[in-house]
Amino acid sequence: MNIIKNFKNKINWDLKKRQAVSGYAFSLPFIIGLIFFVLRPFYQAIIFSFNQLSIGSAGFDLEFAGFANYYYSIMVDPYFSEVFLESIGEMALQMPLIIAFSFFSAIVLNQKFRGQTAARAIFFLPVITAAGVILMMEEGDFMMDRMEGGRQALAFSGPALRNLLAQTRVPENIIEFIIFAVERIPAVIRASGIQILIFLAGLQSIPQSIYEAAKVEGATPWENFWLITFPLLSPLIITNIVYTIVDSFTNPVNEIVTLIRDTAFTGAGFGVSMAMAVLYFLVILSILGIILKILSRWVFYQE
Amino acid sequence: MKKAKKPTKTSKKVSGIITGILRLLFILGVSFVILRPHLIQLSSSLMSELDLFDQTVGWIPRTFTLENFAVAWEHLEYPRHFLNSLTLTTSVSLMQLISCTIVAYGIARFEFRGSKIIFAMVIFTLVIPPQLIMIPLYLSFRFFNPLGIFDQGINLLNSYWPFALTSLTATGLKNGLFIYIMRQFFKNMPTDLEEAAYVDGAGVFKTFYRIMLPGAVPGLIIIFLFSFVWQWNDYFFITLYMGARGEFLTQALIGLSSSVVDHVSQVSGEYPSMIENTGVLLFITPLLILYLFMQRYFIESVERTGLVG
Repeated sequence: MNIIKNFKNKINWDLKKRQAVSGYAFSLPFIIGLIFFVLRPFYQAIIFSFNQLSIGSAGFDLEFAGFANYYYSIMVDPYFSEVFLESIGEMALQMPLIIAFSFFSAIVLNQKFRGQTAARAIFFLPVITAAGVILMMEEGDFMMDRMEGGRQALAFSGPALRNLLAQTRVPENIIEFIIFAVERIPAVIRASGIQILIFLAGLQSIPQSIYEAAKVEGATPWENFWLITFPLLSPLIITNIVYTIVDSFTNPVNEIVTLIRDTAFTGAGFGVSMAMAVLYFLVILSILGIILKILSRWVFYQE
Repeated sequence: MKKAKKPTKTSKKVSGIITGILRLLFILGVSFVILRPHLIQLSSSLMSELDLFDQTVGWIPRTFTLENFAVAWEHLEYPRHFLNSLTLTTSVSLMQLISCTIVAYGIARFEFRGSKIIFAMVIFTLVIPPQLIMIPLYLSFRFFNPLGIFDQGINLLNSYWPFALTSLTATGLKNGLFIYIMRQFFKNMPTDLEEAAYVDGAGVFKTFYRIMLPGAVPGLIIIFLFSFVWQWNDYFFITLYMGARGEFLTQALIGLSSSVVDHVSQVSGEYPSMIENTGVLLFITPLLILYLFMQRYFIESVERTGLVG
């Protein structure tokens, strides 16, 4: 009896060991990369932000500066505070729009209709064509402005819409938000590609049998949506919020990103630039934390 | 579309038609917004300079010409820069594809101490803005000396090394996302196959690439496409690591309008913008071709990916 037990234990142990060895072996590339290309630079970035950094031909020198770089960023730099608040505000306002739009689009694209494939292909196109340098080129481009000249005439935009809304009794700040939202329609649509993809994949993973059961019970489409689709997709809202924020880091139209970069290479120097980046990171992290804290209360997990 | 039972057939039909029309309007509207910049690019690429100042010319050029393409092609030094970008992008995305898949498999299919921490770190790499670690990274490649083996650090800037090293270690641009996607993929695959392979005596690695990898092809395609597109569009890291050389299509595109201003005599202020739009079109054409080939996998595979799970 004992022998068999020992034998079993040995097999189990072997299996566990093999699992562990393989696990480490497969993860090894990332562990190396993590240490050398993420954690070390991250640590250094924080150190640099408290120092004056100068680069020579043989290496770099650090001179301790305390909080001087932070003080400079916030109090002295003519742009940082303003651009920083603007970027954060813009992101906070734009995010709900992106989430709502991509959620709605995913539901539409999940329906069966003629031309569904073509519609999907177009909705995902911005993943390819509204990124990196292409966005950079479109910003403030003359031809774009010229062709948009006709847009002013649309009752939809700016002044006309404002006049229309002013006649209603909608509170001022809501009017401001509506105008903000309308002006950002193109940006929102073009920043939603991946988010639509994630919601769509989520929709596909909801078992059809749930809807069939609901049908038997006599549920209306309205009830289907609020009692099945929405709760089951709610965890993905968090995924998408995280993705939207992460995506803005590499968006060249994000002004704070440009400012951090310009400060490093042509502005007040590396130390200040790092201090700005640290501040940006901390604020982003706390925003994420708050959002996750609030949302995790009502998010529904299937398990 | 799931419809509840309606009292009569006609009312069901009517509401179906209304839904269809609303859906069509929504899709057409969004498609227009998405395609508009490219229509503008197309229209300005075919326009002659005269049309620019003709107030009656809107989107459709009056005098069609291919001259803009010739000018943009020449100033971009398209063939050379295209090849440079293609070489870099293809190798980077292949390396990232391999490394991210391997790492994802490790996290998804093996239980070992620290696997949760490693996964948390994958998410951590995603939420760090690249701007935060940009300067330390730049310095670590300028004076490359990871283990202190060299007397003085060696300069790896202006070479492919920074890209190769970060790609091979799954820490390149948005690699955390790729690992995350592939991990979801592998997690959703049945364990039976794997166990059967082990029982038959296949080793861990053989099981991985013979049994598990073929099932993950849709995920691999998505990752390759993302990685290719983001690398192709990248200006940030290319300038950081390759700043001095300016040998890539993104950089040529950024410099296009000033190059036109420098070399073409008597240009109007708006002419460079026209060439720029043509340049953007030339720049995205390879991506569009790739998308055209891959979009079927891309869109269909979403349904089976378990991208979410």
